[in-house]
Amino acid sequence: MNSLKYVIIGNSAAAVGAVEAIRKNDSEGRIVIISSETHHTYSRPLISYLLLGKTDENRMKYRGDSFYSDNKCEFLPGKTVQRIDPEKKQVLLDDGSCESYDKLLIATGSTPFIPPVKGLEKVRNKFTFTTLDDARKLDSALNEGSRVLILGAGLIGLKCAEGISKKKVSTVCVDLSHRVLSSILDDEASEIVKKHLEKNNIRFCLGRQVAEFSDGSAMLDDGTEIPFDVLVTAVGVRPNISLLKDIGGKTNRGIIIDERCRTSIPDIYAAGDCCECRDAASGEMKVMALLPNAYMQGECAGMNMSGADCVFDKAIPMNAIGLFGKHIITAGVYTGEEYHEADEENYKKLFYSNNRLNGFILVGNIEKAGIYTSLIREGTPLDTIDFELICRMPGLMAFSRKERARKLSSMV
Amino acid sequence: MKRVYVNEQWCLGCHLCEYYCAFAATNEKDMVRALKGVMIRPRIRIEEKDGISFAVSCRHCDEPLCVKGCITGALTKKDGIITIDRNKCVGCYTCILSCPYGAISPSEDGAVQKCELCIKTVRGTPKCVEGCPNGAIVFEERGE
Repeated sequence: MNSLKYVIIGNSAAAVGAVEAIRKNDSEGRIVIISSETHHTYSRPLISYLLLGKTDENRMKYRGDSFYSDNKCEFLPGKTVQRIDPEKKQVLLDDGSCESYDKLLIATGSTPFIPPVKGLEKVRNKFTFTTLDDARKLDSALNEGSRVLILGAGLIGLKCAEGISKKKVSTVCVDLSHRVLSSILDDEASEIVKKHLEKNNIRFCLGRQVAEFSDGSAMLDDGTEIPFDVLVTAVGVRPNISLLKDIGGKTNRGIIIDERCRTSIPDIYAAGDCCECRDAASGEMKVMALLPNAYMQGECAGMNMSGADCVFDKAIPMNAIGLFGKHIITAGVYTGEEYHEADEENYKKLFYSNNRLNGFILVGNIEKAGIYTSLIREGTPLDTIDFELICRMPGLMAFSRKERARKLSSMV
Repeated sequence: MKRVYVNEQWCLGCHLCEYYCAFAATNEKDMVRALKGVMIRPRIRIEEKDGISFAVSCRHCDEPLCVKGCITGALTKKDGIITIDRNKCVGCYTCILSCPYGAISPSEDGAVQKCELCIKTVRGTPKCVEGCPNGAIVFEERGE
């Protein structure tokens, strides 16, 4: 059999998932990894933990130092693919060279979206917060007492606020939404989290946007003026789809992939934050830019690229985030009837309809959250379990004796 | 590959497995000295209700969602055993979000904890199995 050549564009979770899967099936084929960044594969979500001092650049490597050699990968750091030629089956790099491929994976991730705000170009100290280089640059711009304005009170903005808190800066978050973490929390949970953040000296201007910047100051749409030393833009990310879009591949907000992680062009696969795929909880096509999904899509792509037949159709929106010691776990979609529990510190809401769990929000007590996640992922019919019990207490007790025996006394 | 299996019908609900698990993690010689007055955080947990009880610990799954979802690479599977590198773990709890058995839990120091079949503590049989008085928790080979 002729040896295959695999080319992977990207060097993060999806790329690593693909490499590990390819090597399960094919120990000989050439694997070439092309990365715009110059770093060894590292975990992007860890950059806030890096600033907080909970990890360091060595520990935040997503795989060990010998990852490329162990998996016989040719790693091309600091190179960017400019174009794919699907006819000749090759990719053209910015240094003028090209790499041919038999199977190609696009795992190009996403790029921070910079909102078009008047005067933004006048701001000198402005940063985004998604890469290791971003984190290094931001860190070196901060001093004790720096006034930081963060645009966006979502996952990235708030993790950034937590990360830089170690430097005793004063931080204000501005968000168009009236809630913090508006994409994953409802009103009540959001309020609990906001209060917790305020206790930790993060201030908020919610339901507001910046009307105009000057260097060192932002004028909000209600006339409030916020002076700042450093600006961080964290209003969202855009999937990097141009490589496939430019050659006529099917894209929407993200690159459209099927349940085998194939794009619309033969022998080109895509995985991770650059993609859009079916959300198993809602049935809708969505960009679900989450590390676990990225790894599992990359893995599925890698399996299929190396000759196996593998389906990944269980992607759901899901998030685990901790902020100043308070943990939040959410998954699925928030539609249907609700089960609700709350006190000062903890919050639980489950959403269900048509005999299925659709989604959940947990703040504070997050123990055994994965049992709820599995009900969504597997589409478990709620009439086969003790739903009233599992609402109060996630556990295997809610399953039938037979199902428990399958889970606990056989191979899984 | 030997794994821990639970026979629900033999479980007495005595919670000894939880104590043996906590004891194993201390690396102390004497159980009473190690655990007296200590609020234990075992890696194996009893669920009980209406006279039914059983122990739950990591199943060391063939398709480990915790390992695949781990954002740091702290959770890995080698030789059939899923272990946690506590030095790499930042306590994001993505594994707690992912585990369908509820078998991963927070610990005191921020990292998560889970059953590692006692490979980091004692040789041979996991302590929970050794301490179970009724054969409800076994460590054996079953059909792969």
